[in-house]
Amino acid sequence: MTVERIEKAFLILSAAMLIAFLGALFYSSVAMGMHLPGREGEIVPTDVRNTPPFDQPGVHEVGAGEYEVVVLGRAWGFEPSEIRIPAGSRVTFISTATDVIHGFHVEGTRMNAMLIPGQITRLTYEFDEPGEHLIICHEYCGIGHHLMYGRLIVEEGS
Amino acid sequence: MSGHVVASPEGFQLPDSQLRVIRWMIYLAFFALAIGILNGLGQALNYSRVDILQYFPGMRNYYQGLTVHGVVNAIVFTFAFANGFLSLTTSRALARPLRSSLLWASFGCMVVGFLLAAYAMGSGQASVLYTFYPPLQAHWTFYLGLALLVVSTWVIAAALGLGLRAWRKEHPGERIPLMAFISVATYAMWVLASLGIVVEVVGLLLPWSLGLIEHSDPLLSRTLFWYSGHPVVYFWLLPAYVSWYLMVPRHAGGNLFSDSLTRVVFLMFLALSIPTGFHHQYTDPGIGTGMKALHAVLTFGVFFPSLLTAFSVVYALEIGGRRRGGTGLISWFFKLDWRNPALVAQVLAMLTFTLGGITGLINASYNLNQIVHNTAWMPGHFHMTVGSAVTLSFMGIAYWLIPYLTRKELVGGGMALISSWLYTAGVLIMARGLISGGLDGMPRRTLVMEAPYEKPSWELAGMLTGLGGTLMFIGGVLFFTVLAATVLSGKKAKEPQDLPFTKTIQGPAETGWELRLDRFRYWIIATVILIVVAYGPFLVEYLPGNFTSPPYRFY
Repeated sequence: MTVERIEKAFLILSAAMLIAFLGALFYSSVAMGMHLPGREGEIVPTDVRNTPPFDQPGVHEVGAGEYEVVVLGRAWGFEPSEIRIPAGSRVTFISTATDVIHGFHVEGTRMNAMLIPGQITRLTYEFDEPGEHLIICHEYCGIGHHLMYGRLIVEEGS
Repeated sequence: MSGHVVASPEGFQLPDSQLRVIRWMIYLAFFALAIGILNGLGQALNYSRVDILQYFPGMRNYYQGLTVHGVVNAIVFTFAFANGFLSLTTSRALARPLRSSLLWASFGCMVVGFLLAAYAMGSGQASVLYTFYPPLQAHWTFYLGLALLVVSTWVIAAALGLGLRAWRKEHPGERIPLMAFISVATYAMWVLASLGIVVEVVGLLLPWSLGLIEHSDPLLSRTLFWYSGHPVVYFWLLPAYVSWYLMVPRHAGGNLFSDSLTRVVFLMFLALSIPTGFHHQYTDPGIGTGMKALHAVLTFGVFFPSLLTAFSVVYALEIGGRRRGGTGLISWFFKLDWRNPALVAQVLAMLTFTLGGITGLINASYNLNQIVHNTAWMPGHFHMTVGSAVTLSFMGIAYWLIPYLTRKELVGGGMALISSWLYTAGVLIMARGLISGGLDGMPRRTLVMEAPYEKPSWELAGMLTGLGGTLMFIGGVLFFTVLAATVLSGKKAKEPQDLPFTKTIQGPAETGWELRLDRFRYWIIATVILIVVAYGPFLVEYLPGNFTSPPYRFY
């Protein structure tokens, strides 16, 4: 009955492989701090511009090397459309959408999330290397979707 | 110990009336695919900066074409094929026709649903893509059409369920024939899985599009959509698996090894397909990371039955290859009948699916998903699953199914072989382009040729996408040529054929734990419990929801 033994070995190896992959993922999340966006609270999308912190979109320094970037996604652009931060800073993006669903991807990083009307998206990342990244809306948001983008520039630290 | 997969294995013929309605369902499926593939060419060429959509009659813009491409391929084509094919496998396996009235009712729902959605999309009032996320709003006929397409699958589920119940009454104590068991398991899964999209479309979006409800809740709608939107990929895939398990071994001259393992695999798909939807929403705000992690574990769980399938199907092929004189660890593979179009299409589909499965596991990988989410990687991935594992398998099935349903001989077997190879080469080249572009940030669902931003590395990625898509399109044209030639000018077959099903080496057990596999009721209860565990905590925390988004029609 060799076939049955090979079959059994295949099943065990398959299960072991999947468990090992899951272990690596949870290590990266829990021990290395690579978090997904979670539940951050709700907002009325038509009243976003009167609701703090979204009444002041832009880059705000909140501590030494710590920044909060408040971003609005709307058809068809980001506010602010250009973000400048010094290299080595820890940046928390707080964002939402004012009309339809948009995407927010700082290309070249794992800063990749959805902006959903009525929900607040929060992401944190450390930008160590100077350079320029596109910010791409990667969710279809109407006829001008491909026109929606921004830039994030990481400047040489002083 | 060997066993049959159908009741009355010799000499049973389904009545013509049953075959007629199934034939129309299959025609409708491939008609939809033809429209979908034509639009697909335009989508692929967009990435290589060639605009052919401007020459399409009535086409207003890229996103309208993309909506048509998604809806007709992923919903109309797959649903119509599953409805026809699994009605056929079930009625043949039970050696008992299903109720023709129900099959015609299902066909009617599909035609009316297709026409309504086609009107909405064709007139430019529904360019919302096939995910139709609110608050982008489509014309009400779009939502009603989609709802009717889902209803068509429920009617088939009723026909299968009634057929199975009647058969069991006539054969008390007998094991359900394997081919009927796995067909019914597929529909049982989908009926539970489709509840999310029906609640979303009928309960929220249809009244919203008619102005009866003022606001939508985009996150709740996304959650309901993906409750159905992940298991739907198994509803696309499992009809192909029915063929891989039960017909491909016959084409290859081999046998399926285990009856019980096959049933276990389909029951795992029933239980695990649905409680996985949050892995499409890893990057969504508003859903706790604990629930996302739970869905990650369950998604890895539903990968397991696909690994089992790889074992069973490859072993069945190996038996065939060795019977044809193949030897060695690998070289039996080259002894397979590479001149049989039905076999070649499906073996190539399986090979492509290996890459589709691996990329799918990467998508399911929790925070790793952030690297690829909504980039061109995604269409790269799913054209190697639904776009080839499913589509190419359905094409392979058509090479015996159309002759069977029309009682004609296949015309153009050589052209069918070329079609499969071209399509496979095309999908691999296109996926290579999309995947490399996606890893470098190239977005999906985007008119990149008119975007004001770009990266130099996207140029090669885009060229490969366009080239691969063009080869797929040519493969598709050859396929439809074979199909049309067979239907229009095929020679009458001399004697009636049967379905090409295999036998199992280890047949259905008559005693022991395996008998419990056939008790669908318990497996359905287990599935419902898993669904409650996977979605209950989110809904308890989130409801009554945030219905504050007014509609927008930005297209």
